[in-house]
Amino acid sequence: MITAKGNVMRLKILVLMVAALLGGAMISPAAAQIEVDINAGAVKPLPIAIPAFSGSPRGAEIAQVITGNLERSGLFQPLNVSGVADTLQDVNVQPRFPDWQATGAQALINGQVTVGADGGLRVDFRLWDVFSQQQLLGLQFSSTPDNWRRVAHKISDAVYERLTGEKGYFDTRVAFVAESGPKLARIKRLAIMDQDGANPQFLTDGSYIVMTPRFSATSQELTYMALRPTGSSIYLLNLETSRQETVGKFPGMVFAPRFSPDGAKVAFSVEKGGNSDIYVLDLRSRQSTRITTDPSIDTSPSFSPDGSKIAFNSDRGGQAQLYVMNADGSGVKRISYGGGRYTTPVWSPRGDFIAFTKQTGGQFHIGVMRTDGSDERLLTTSYLDEGPTWAPNGRVLMYFREAQSGNPRLWTVDITGRILRPAAYQGSASDPAWSPLLD
Amino acid sequence: MNFDTKRAARLALIGLAAASLAACASRPKPAGPVAPTPTPPTPSAPYTPPMSPPVNQGPIPGSMQDFVINIGERVYFDTDEYVVRSDAQPVLAAQAQWLNRYQGVRVRIEGNADERGTREYNLALGARRANAVRDFLVSQGVSGARIETLSYGKERPIDAGSSEEAWAKNRNARTAITDGAR
Repeated sequence: MITAKGNVMRLKILVLMVAALLGGAMISPAAAQIEVDINAGAVKPLPIAIPAFSGSPRGAEIAQVITGNLERSGLFQPLNVSGVADTLQDVNVQPRFPDWQATGAQALINGQVTVGADGGLRVDFRLWDVFSQQQLLGLQFSSTPDNWRRVAHKISDAVYERLTGEKGYFDTRVAFVAESGPKLARIKRLAIMDQDGANPQFLTDGSYIVMTPRFSATSQELTYMALRPTGSSIYLLNLETSRQETVGKFPGMVFAPRFSPDGAKVAFSVEKGGNSDIYVLDLRSRQSTRITTDPSIDTSPSFSPDGSKIAFNSDRGGQAQLYVMNADGSGVKRISYGGGRYTTPVWSPRGDFIAFTKQTGGQFHIGVMRTDGSDERLLTTSYLDEGPTWAPNGRVLMYFREAQSGNPRLWTVDITGRILRPAAYQGSASDPAWSPLLD
Repeated sequence: MNFDTKRAARLALIGLAAASLAACASRPKPAGPVAPTPTPPTPSAPYTPPMSPPVNQGPIPGSMQDFVINIGERVYFDTDEYVVRSDAQPVLAAQAQWLNRYQGVRVRIEGNADERGTREYNLALGARRANAVRDFLVSQGVSGARIETLSYGKERPIDAGSSEEAWAKNRNARTAITDGAR
């Protein structure tokens, strides 16, 4: 038995791997009879049964959150199984598989909720392969009752990982800019929510414009840009302590901040006399270094996951294109060569792709390319698609889409481009930033 | 042309325009020089006793309104460009002249971009436009110390539409008076 402990936001979740009691093999991939190929973009999503967890009214809500997560991934097709669900007993008792086979489900999540004497929440679940009748996963989570959504997200992540072989991304948050008011007097507030749109919270009051929040990959910290008539600032905001500081004073505009992967540096643009260059600030020494000196626009810096390189966009070649350089500014190399304008490069946390925004033929696209510029793929097309951010598994992107004279909305697309859909959050929103997995 | 002669020329032009309007009714026929014959007085408007002190209809010279209405606070740019267009030059020349006349006025030049670009690139582009206007005003004798610049990128459109016409309006630089106007 393995015990793992997580401590995030002062909430504890205890995870127990539960050994299969009933002959099913444990978590060995070789035993998997069903699997989802994420890189094929799930031409046919996997039918899965997720009946309400037993034992507490909370059980139905937990199953609902898991259902929403897996459905939105586009890789799973949760089935309505209300008639069959009554046949389920304790999670330690094997389900009656023929009943489940009849529903067409290939996988079944059977879970139960126990509220302890101390009020603590315990959630057990088993993931079954309905046809081979094997248990694929058995886990137990213990937490405080108010933490039930995170338990549901962790179960979603475990199921996703077991069935796809890729890390999940459900126990995450998204920082974004909440927009309100008419287009000519838009109010833009920094906000944060769970990845599924739950628990949205404003972090600024709307008295000034905020843009481009970005998460640190290592901590619950954001960097973002604020714009007031008196000038622009780049802030670092610790989400646990609410402590906020600026990166310092510069003569002109400062914008486009992004953390280095180790969280120790922030790269951003500084404008002076109309010329924008990229600077890197070391957060410990507070020393900032200018790393581009070209008289063109150099902006939107994004570090590679090993911190050794920075992708950025520049119009030094006449119009905006993507470039990669060493983190000290040396060895600049252009990587985009297609027609149109390329901006907002964002290096995947896995290091294999760079996502970007491309403008061509009066349309905007979110696309990905290899880090040397090869294998360019456009994943979306609309009047305005902008600002991709990677889910921590590097297989899904969130971005914002704005219809002509409409309000912006958050959307997600997988790296095959086949699974394209609005994000769960319904409000007007732009500039999404996906957090790393919560702990 | 230095400030004083420009100003004098401008005032003279205004004076001329007024004179020619007034002279319309009594313009002498283009003939050879003849002895001036007294022209009959043009019928004057019936006398009305003054009701109240005259009210100044136009904006107060040197006011923010004066600048916005009589000079123009915005100039426009081509797509993805920051070169001051030829149609913007007279506007900026007039802005410079006005600013040179009202030396206490301070301005902030706000660069704006249309929505056909991404946020960060447009912030950089707006900064280029603001600085192009700043450089123009400085070249016309306005002290750089009176000018600050800011880019709003695509965050402050003035036309909510999504047409070529709307984008053209939204690609601008606005000279905003921050202090010292009457």
